[in-house]
Amino acid sequence: MSDVNTRIGDIVSSNDIVLFMKGTPLFPQCGFSSRAIAILEHLNVPYESVDVLQDMEIRQAIKSFSEWPTIPQLYVKGEFVGGSDIMMEMYEAGELHQLIADAGIAAQG
Amino acid sequence: MAMTAPEIETLIRTALPDAEVTITDLAGDGDHYAAHVVSSAFAGKPRVAQHKLVYEALGGRMGGVLHALQLTTAVPN
Repeated sequence: MSDVNTRIGDIVSSNDIVLFMKGTPLFPQCGFSSRAIAILEHLNVPYESVDVLQDMEIRQAIKSFSEWPTIPQLYVKGEFVGGSDIMMEMYEAGELHQLIADAGIAAQG
Repeated sequence: MAMTAPEIETLIRTALPDAEVTITDLAGDGDHYAAHVVSSAFAGKPRVAQHKLVYEALGGRMGGVLHALQLTTAVPN
């Protein structure tokens, strides 16, 4: 248990933006993960993704790590931001763009 | 296993008695819902904390028997 928490901690601290999701950006396996990817693509920012369907240990542990019951889960600069509903609300309000800009992460050319 | 909209609403109202809860059955299959919850309990809390209050009200069903619940929260005007 602690090992997998260390792994998750390493992932969120070594990637500016990381999405824990079901499937891959090209082939999301769930509508919520698909929506989260669409938002990140619209923001045109570099991001890492972790397919929890390929890693059962992370799939279980991420829920207690974030104290959040569902996937996808977005982390920016090591901080838990929320799931796809919160991403959508923040995106529509311009807050997600602001959060990423404030974190010093530049959009891709 | 699925839940009915009234069951979801009752759980949320039990934990957040002042909540206005609007539930939409998105796919008509009793398994994909959208819920909009308005409660004074959300005042001054960030979105993540607001959503966690609703998830706590659902008592661990979120991500389990309740597979798909789109959630939006707001504070009363």
